[in-house]
Amino acid sequence: MSEKLIDYQDNLSISGKKAQELGQFQKIGTALFTLGAFLLIGATFLRIIVIPAFTLMLIGAGLFLHYPGKKYGLSQLVLKNSNYIQRFGMVMSLVGLAITIVAWLGVELPNPTLFLWLTGTLSAVGILVYTYGSYANQSKGIKNNYVWNNSLTGRGLLGWIAGIGLTLFYIQLYWFSSSLKPLIGLFDPLSYLLKGKAADQWFVYGTIYTFVILFLGIKFMVKYRHNRYQLIRTIVVILSQLVLAYFIPNILESMNEGVGYFSKDLKNVWPLNYYFTESWSLDNMTQPKKAGPSGFFFFVWGILLFLIVTPVLTYLVGKRWYCSWVCGCGGLAETAGDGFRHLSSKKLKAWKIERWMIHVVMVFVLVMTVATLWPYFSGKDYVIGGLTITKSAYVYFAAGLSIISAIGLFVLYKKFASKYLFWGAIILGIIALALSFALIFDLKQVFVIDSRFIKKMYGFLVGSAFSGVIGVGFYPILGNRVWCRFGCPMAGYMGIIQRFKSRFRITTNGTQCISCGNCSTYCEQGIDVRSYAQRGQNIVRASCVGCGVCAAVCPRGVLKLENGPEEGRFEPNPIIVDEKGIRLGE
Amino acid sequence: MIVIIGNGIAGVTAARNIRKRSDEDLLIISAESKYFFSRTALMYIYMGHMRFQDTQPYENDFWEKNRIDLLQAKVSKIDTVKKSIETDGGQNIDYDTLILATGSKPNKFGWPGQDAKGVQSLYSKQDLELMEVNTKDIESAVVVGGGLIGIEMAEMLLSRSIEVNYLVREPHFWGNVLPKEDSHFVMKHLNHHNGITFHYEEELDKIITDETNRVSKVVTVSGKEIPAHFVGLTIGVHPNIDLVEGTSIETNRGILVNELLQTSEQDVYAVGDCAELRSPRSGRKAIEPVWYTGRFMGETLARTVTGEQTKYDPGTWFNSAKFFDLEYQTYGSVSSVPIDGIEDFTFSSRDGEVFLHFAFDKTTKAILGVNTFGMRLRHLVFNEWLNKQRSIETVISHLATANFDPEFYKRYENELIQRFNTKYNSNIKPAPKTWWQKLVS
Repeated sequence: MSEKLIDYQDNLSISGKKAQELGQFQKIGTALFTLGAFLLIGATFLRIIVIPAFTLMLIGAGLFLHYPGKKYGLSQLVLKNSNYIQRFGMVMSLVGLAITIVAWLGVELPNPTLFLWLTGTLSAVGILVYTYGSYANQSKGIKNNYVWNNSLTGRGLLGWIAGIGLTLFYIQLYWFSSSLKPLIGLFDPLSYLLKGKAADQWFVYGTIYTFVILFLGIKFMVKYRHNRYQLIRTIVVILSQLVLAYFIPNILESMNEGVGYFSKDLKNVWPLNYYFTESWSLDNMTQPKKAGPSGFFFFVWGILLFLIVTPVLTYLVGKRWYCSWVCGCGGLAETAGDGFRHLSSKKLKAWKIERWMIHVVMVFVLVMTVATLWPYFSGKDYVIGGLTITKSAYVYFAAGLSIISAIGLFVLYKKFASKYLFWGAIILGIIALALSFALIFDLKQVFVIDSRFIKKMYGFLVGSAFSGVIGVGFYPILGNRVWCRFGCPMAGYMGIIQRFKSRFRITTNGTQCISCGNCSTYCEQGIDVRSYAQRGQNIVRASCVGCGVCAAVCPRGVLKLENGPEEGRFEPNPIIVDEKGIRLGE
Repeated sequence: MIVIIGNGIAGVTAARNIRKRSDEDLLIISAESKYFFSRTALMYIYMGHMRFQDTQPYENDFWEKNRIDLLQAKVSKIDTVKKSIETDGGQNIDYDTLILATGSKPNKFGWPGQDAKGVQSLYSKQDLELMEVNTKDIESAVVVGGGLIGIEMAEMLLSRSIEVNYLVREPHFWGNVLPKEDSHFVMKHLNHHNGITFHYEEELDKIITDETNRVSKVVTVSGKEIPAHFVGLTIGVHPNIDLVEGTSIETNRGILVNELLQTSEQDVYAVGDCAELRSPRSGRKAIEPVWYTGRFMGETLARTVTGEQTKYDPGTWFNSAKFFDLEYQTYGSVSSVPIDGIEDFTFSSRDGEVFLHFAFDKTTKAILGVNTFGMRLRHLVFNEWLNKQRSIETVISHLATANFDPEFYKRYENELIQRFNTKYNSNIKPAPKTWWQKLVS
């Protein structure tokens, strides 16, 4: 018996060993992925390298994820289990999508108004029909049956096709948009309607993005209709995208209000919105000739958002107010990305990589911003809303802010003894010093390197490759929050506040945890929620975006997202076993 | 060396806590799987919510890092004189301390056909793998036994569009634990699900097989014939004591242990499902095959074997479960049948989503226990109220403090207080909202 058992253990796919060791495939995969990533840096100079670099990374990721015999033959079950309404909805959506794909592949459609209307309606109604078929006859509750066995959501063939398709679309969007002409043409009628001018690739992108959040958001709401936290959160995230990120900026642009999409989005905060401090954007907001009546408002609002609104709200309710309630990236992740949330890695190693990466990006964006603003303000004095800003005023402001933040981090370091806080304080100090040197010695560059180069590198590596291509393109492979977890500097900024100075926590309900692992599995941010819950500890983590799904999928009602006094936030309340017997911590 | 037989929650908790307190060599032996996994999550693997590795609470390198050796083997013999054990493979391992955490075995009551193909219970990882084979391409199943594993099995089968006929011996669901009214609330929820038919007051008589010895139908005691390609036997579990039978270690239904969790033999202990307390605390059972008991016993024993003798005292009872989409928690004791001197107050919300059952002492008004369905309650708060014997009025008026539902959920406290006031002609008002910790301390 035991012989046979061990043999079984070795070969059976759903069990331990084989599936969990790093095999040849994984090793070669890692090597190819790394090579691709290096090539990508080279692509800053030579655009054409983008394609082989990403191909290498994709193949690498594919090999890494190739578990021998991983599937246990249930993928057909999904089709067997889908009903006629679902299939009808699926076909309808696919026909709608096919029209867009035809245009994407380069076919210029004769009557764009008709075809745009068709593609939109068919896709939308298809999604709604599919949603009805999926949930109407099901009792309300958690609906995660066979997500691991579904080809699309379980890293099967469909998942890979979707991942590669999305990746290619993003590569084209960022670097080869001229080849998107027929697709852009398809969206002209809508663009004329909203803005009174022809569409560009960003209008197309914004429209598709908003469309997906709206309709897959509705699907998400039906799926979680038993959960009012999810319902309210999703309504807010849909409206944020639809109104704040889509209609208002586009309508403002139609009123000749300068460049639209990114710069006139009320909820787009620096440093996620790194365009905010670029010279064209500053000019757009502050220079009377270009700004339009709303420009100055957006300028003041942008600074308030970053300096006051963000820290205050994050202190009060955690970073969820942004990440899973209003943010556009979060909006897409929570709606279109919902089916992929379980794909994020929960390994300790992934957490280590995450902490390094996200903070490196934070430093990067800080350095980039400081460096690019320096030539902007040192060229000539700027008049913004009646104020004259000299370069010394800029240095006092930026260096002062850095020093205040450094002191803040240092105080927290004294309290929590986290080395990240210490290094954060040091880096901020260095930035303040560099700025002072630049002012005293009248240097051309704050950080020696040409600021235009830093900006270019950031825009390419982080702005496009990371947040776009990898962030969304890799949804079906690495989960729906790759960017938010590993890259977003805004998430990093709020994460520090959430971890060290906030009222938010996920409370663990005494010792009710049965270690089942649903919470960890469905955490899109890859937090091993269970490791806290089974010890009776509250979850206080920088990366938690507060989506609330861990609390929803918990079969024993163990987790609750809540805001409360800072005291006792970290206090573990595990079982105490002593001479008085077993008690709960108080 | 400390040897632990069984890597379920009891054995693993003991090992982890021993390691926290001592550097002694530790070995865990299990025939079921090399690495610890959460037994309670087996159903989610079958339904595709999780993969097997997702049910493992610790990464594989955790054990090496903490110097806990793992051996996948079946122990065949214990020699308490030489202080050694022998595995199926003939390996002899000496121990200084032996901890038995062998868990449970599913009950079978000698029905004709109970060993036929397609008939099984659900306890181990191997059972799950067998169920995967047994339910491939089938259309109908019978589940026997109206308890927690049975309802999980039914949910698993329904997820694969397999029609389920469910035999329940009692006149209502989980009748030996839930009061009738509570049970009816659960049944109302269960009836919302398509594809499942409940047969109450029906017991299994025999299982009929076809020429390949595979189940084809079941016959109930009342003579009802139900076609089935699969039969799930989920009528409870009993301690797995195969290993100690024939040794000098004393057993009854389980392995007998004193309050230090010691067996009748020197340096041999038993924890979890397999242990039977010689003198359980009043109101508690001698054998409690639940996750939490295994964990508490493991924690307690870790202190004793590392030199600090600690009596096992499980504290206030609590438990939880989920019936399809309906969550259930219980704190303290709510009897399944009315008891003299104990008053029951039940609350069924007008919208039909929530049911609560409070039991309290008729004379002192002290809270004795609560069952809650569809509403989550705070463990810490109720534990405190029960220990401090708070009056039912205090509990009812402060119920909002104990509410653990997600934010924005519909609140039922006001409706509940109204109902209480009407029934007992009292005038309780909801307590002003305070942070729950303030009240507890």
